[in-house]
Amino acid sequence: MTRVRSSHFLALAMAALVLTGPSTIGREVALQAQAPALTVPYTQFTLPNGLNVILHRDTSVPVVAVNVWYHVGSANERAGRTGFAHLFEHVMFEGSMHVPEGSFDTWLEAAGANNNGSTNTDRTNYYIDLPANALELALFLESDRMGFLLDDKAPGKVDGQRDVVKNEKRQSIDNQPYGQAFVELSSLLYPPGHPYSWPVIGSMEDLSAASFEDVARFFRTYYVPNNASLVIAGDIDLAQTRKLVEKWFDDVPRGKPVEKLAPPTAVLDGVKQKTITDRVQLPRLYMAWHTPGLLKPGDATMDIVANLLSSGKNSRLYRRLVYDLQIAQDVAAFQQSQALGSNFVIIATARPGQGLDKIQAVIDEELDKLRKETPAAREMTRALNQTEASFYRNMERVGGFGGKADQLNAYFKAAGTPDYFEKDLARYRAVTAAEVQAAVERYLPNDRRVELSVIPGDKK
Amino acid sequence: MKETLTLVAVALVATVALTAQQADRKQPPGIGPAPSLKLPAIQKHQLSNGLAVWIVEHHEVPLAQINLIVRSGSAADPIGKYGVGSLTAAMLDEGAGARAALDLADAIEFLGANLSTASTFDASAVRMSVPVSKLSEALPLMADVALRPSFPVAELDRLRKERLTGLLQARDNVGALIQLAFPRIVFGPTHRYGTSANGLPATIESLTADDLKTFYRAHFRPDNATLLVVGDLTPASALPMLEQAFGGWKSEGMPALVAEVPNAPQLSQRQVYLVDKPQAAQSQIRIGWVGVSRSTPDYAVLEVLNTVLGGSFTSRLNQNLREKNGYAYGASSAFDMRLSAGPFLAAAGVQTDKTADALREFFNELNGILTPVPADELAKAKNYVALGFPGEFETTGDMARKLEELVIYNLPAATFSNFVPGVTAVTAADLQRAAARFIQPEKMAVVVVGDLKVIEGPIRALNLGPITHVPIDNLFR
Repeated sequence: MTRVRSSHFLALAMAALVLTGPSTIGREVALQAQAPALTVPYTQFTLPNGLNVILHRDTSVPVVAVNVWYHVGSANERAGRTGFAHLFEHVMFEGSMHVPEGSFDTWLEAAGANNNGSTNTDRTNYYIDLPANALELALFLESDRMGFLLDDKAPGKVDGQRDVVKNEKRQSIDNQPYGQAFVELSSLLYPPGHPYSWPVIGSMEDLSAASFEDVARFFRTYYVPNNASLVIAGDIDLAQTRKLVEKWFDDVPRGKPVEKLAPPTAVLDGVKQKTITDRVQLPRLYMAWHTPGLLKPGDATMDIVANLLSSGKNSRLYRRLVYDLQIAQDVAAFQQSQALGSNFVIIATARPGQGLDKIQAVIDEELDKLRKETPAAREMTRALNQTEASFYRNMERVGGFGGKADQLNAYFKAAGTPDYFEKDLARYRAVTAAEVQAAVERYLPNDRRVELSVIPGDKK
Repeated sequence: MKETLTLVAVALVATVALTAQQADRKQPPGIGPAPSLKLPAIQKHQLSNGLAVWIVEHHEVPLAQINLIVRSGSAADPIGKYGVGSLTAAMLDEGAGARAALDLADAIEFLGANLSTASTFDASAVRMSVPVSKLSEALPLMADVALRPSFPVAELDRLRKERLTGLLQARDNVGALIQLAFPRIVFGPTHRYGTSANGLPATIESLTADDLKTFYRAHFRPDNATLLVVGDLTPASALPMLEQAFGGWKSEGMPALVAEVPNAPQLSQRQVYLVDKPQAAQSQIRIGWVGVSRSTPDYAVLEVLNTVLGGSFTSRLNQNLREKNGYAYGASSAFDMRLSAGPFLAAAGVQTDKTADALREFFNELNGILTPVPADELAKAKNYVALGFPGEFETTGDMARKLEELVIYNLPAATFSNFVPGVTAVTAADLQRAAARFIQPEKMAVVVVGDLKVIEGPIRALNLGPITHVPIDNLFR
C-alpha cells in the first residue's frame, strides 16, 4: 500500500506490484566469479535514543536519498483495527508539531524533492529524494514527525486520510478484477488471529473504527527511534551529515522496547479449497504454500524455483501453459518473502473456453517433474545469471523504493547488517540442483496447500 | 591556570557546538544553492553503413544499456491496419536469425540480459540491458532481433490470441476501459490517436505475417534509426563490437515516405460521454481535448503549468480531490506530447457516490488555472520541475531514455542544458497565456466510466453539456 501517486499510471502499477509482487530483498541475486564484489560501503552509528543511522556516499548525481524504516507493519495490528499501520503511514505526511498541515509536501516540492511511503506486513518505509543542498530540510521533517507527530490538529488529519485510504482500497482492490483474491489467500493460509491473516489494506469497518486514541497509542508504541533506522545515501559529506543527524534527531525521545512478534508457525494440514466469484471474463487459479521466512535456509532456493517455473519463455510453467498448450493467458510463480514466514504462490489465468482443472493438472505435472528430477545445469545457470544481473540493476538507483538506501535499511532489519549484498548473492550462488528438487518436495506438497479459484459471476 | 584555561576553552567549544547543533524547529532550515548537474558528453559516431551511434559513458555499475530507436511507430500504421506497427515490434524477438523463439529467449536470458521490443505512436525500439562483461556475446543476439526477425506464423497466431484475450479482459477493468474510451472520443475513430496503439479485435484478427514484413521493411532501416549506448564502456571498446553487429545492416530502396499524423480537429463544445460499468466501486474520469505536440515552443511553460494544475502531489487537482475532499486516492493532469498534438487530460478514479461532486471540483480547478497563479505557488512548481531534473539521468536506462527524446523528436543537442534556464524564466503571465490557449474547460470532452445507475442522475444535474451513452462494445470496434 503506497501513499502518494506521483503520476496516474505509475501509481496503479505500484499498487499492483505491492499486491502481487515479492518483497524487495531476498528476490535479487548474483553474477559470475569475475564480477566485482557487490559492496556498498557505509558508516553506521546509534544515537543515545536508540536510532540506528547508516550513511553511504555516492556522488554520481547531486542527489541525496533519506530513507526511514519503522519496524512495524500490519502484522502488529490489533483485532478490529486492520489496515491501521497503513492509515497511520498516511497521517505521517500531514504535518507535525512544527510543520503545519500541508507544509510537508509543499516545502519538499519547493526544494525539488520527491517523497513517498509504503506499508507491508512487517515494516513501514518512507523516502525523501532531494537535491544535495536541501538535505537538512529532509532531516528536519523526518525528525519532527518521528518525535513530535501529534498536535491538536491530528484528529482531523486522521479523518481526512481515512477517506483517502478507503479510496485507495476501492481503487486498488475493490475495483480491480480479481482484487479480492489476495484478501482470501491471507485468510486461507493463516488461522484467525495470526498476524498475516488479514490484508495490509484492512477492512472498511476497521478503517471506520480507527480513532485518534489508536493513532496516539500506535505512535508512542512503534514510532520511536529505537524501533527505526535511518539511511542517508548519496552526495553527502559523511562527517557533516553525522553532525546534522545528531542535531535533528538527538531530541527525539526514546520509547519502550518493542516486543518482537512470535506467533505460532502457521501450517496447513491438508488442501484448503475455495471458489469465489468476481465480475471477470476469465477464471483464475491461485495455489499457495507456506515456505521459509526471509533470509532463512530455503528462502533463496524458493526464489530459484520461482524463476525455473515462470521466468521467461523457457520456464517450465510458462512454456507448458502459455507457449505450448496455450490454455493460459498468463502464469506467475513467486516467493513472497516475509519475516514471520513466507508464501510461495502460483497464479494462472485461463484462456477463453479453458478450465482451471486442466491448468492445475499441468501445474501438478510440472511440480512432479521437479520433485523427481534435478533441473539441468544450464537451467540453473540461466536462473542464476538472470538474478545476478538484476542485482546489479538494483545498484543503479540510490533513492526511491528499492534503491540502495532502501536496500540498506532492508538488510539492516532482516540480516542485522546493511551491506549484505554480497552475502545475499552468495545464498543464490550456493543453491544446487539437488536442493531445488528437495525444496519442491519439502515445501510444495500437493496434499497441503491452498487452492483458490476465482470464476466469473457476481462480485461477492 | 592552565587547567582553568583548558576548561574555559572546552566550555566555549561546547557552547559553540551546542548552538550549532541545537535544533531550532520554529522554521524549516534554509536551503543552500542548488547543485549543478554536469551532464556527460554525448559522443556521436557513425558505423560504416551510416547508422548513427550515440555513446554516453556511465561507469558506476558494470552494465550496458543499448537502445536501437527506429523513428517510426504506430502513427505509421496504414488505415485499416491499426496495430500493425505494435505487433511488428512485439514479433521481433519471436524468432530471428538462425534461432526460433525459445532458443532466442534462452540465449538472451542465459547471459543475464534483459531484451525488450516495444513501440509507441512515435517510434519503435529494441532495448537491451546487459552486464558489460557479456556485451560482446549479447550484441549479435540483439542484432538478430532488430535486423533479421523471421515473423513465424505460429508465433504470430500465439501473440494474436494473447492480444485478443487481453482486450477481452479489458472489459473487467474501469481503468482499461477509460483508456480506450477517452482517446476514441477526443480523436475519433479514423485519426490514429483515437485507437489504441495495439489496435482493436477485428484488425488484430486480420493482420498477416506479410503485413508485418511490409511494415518492417518500410521502417526498420539504418537511415531511419539511431543506436544509443550508455554504460560502463568507451567508444574505443564498444565501437568495434557495434560495427560487427550492426555495420552490415543495409537500407533497401528509398526511405519510406511517412506522412505526418495531422493534428486532429479541436473539440468545440463541452460534451459528456458515459460508459456503464455496473457495481463499479469507483468511477474513472477523464476530462480533456486535443493538446500540443512535443515541438511546442511552450514546452517549459506547459511543464510548469501542468505541475501547478495536476502534475505533482501538491498540485491543485490532487489537493482538492484527495486531500481536501477525500473523493479519490489521487488526481492528476498531463499533456501527452507526441510528434503531433496528443491529448491534454485531467484524470482521477473517484468513489462512485461522489462522482458528480468530483466533476464539479475538476471544473473549479480547470477554471481556476485560467486566473494568475500566485508567486509562491509558481516558485514551488518551477523549483520542483527544475531541481528534480537531474534525477532523470541517474541510471543507464534513465540516460538512454532521455537520449531517445532527442532522437525521436529531433531536438537540438542543447535541449537538456537549456531546460532548467527555460523553466526558471517562466512567468505567471506565461502560464496565464498558455492556460487560456491550451485549457478551455467549456470545450472539453468529459468521459466517465462507472455505475450509471448511481452516477448519471447527479451528473445530469450538473448541466455540463449534452450527454451521450457509449456502449462498451463501441470501444472495441
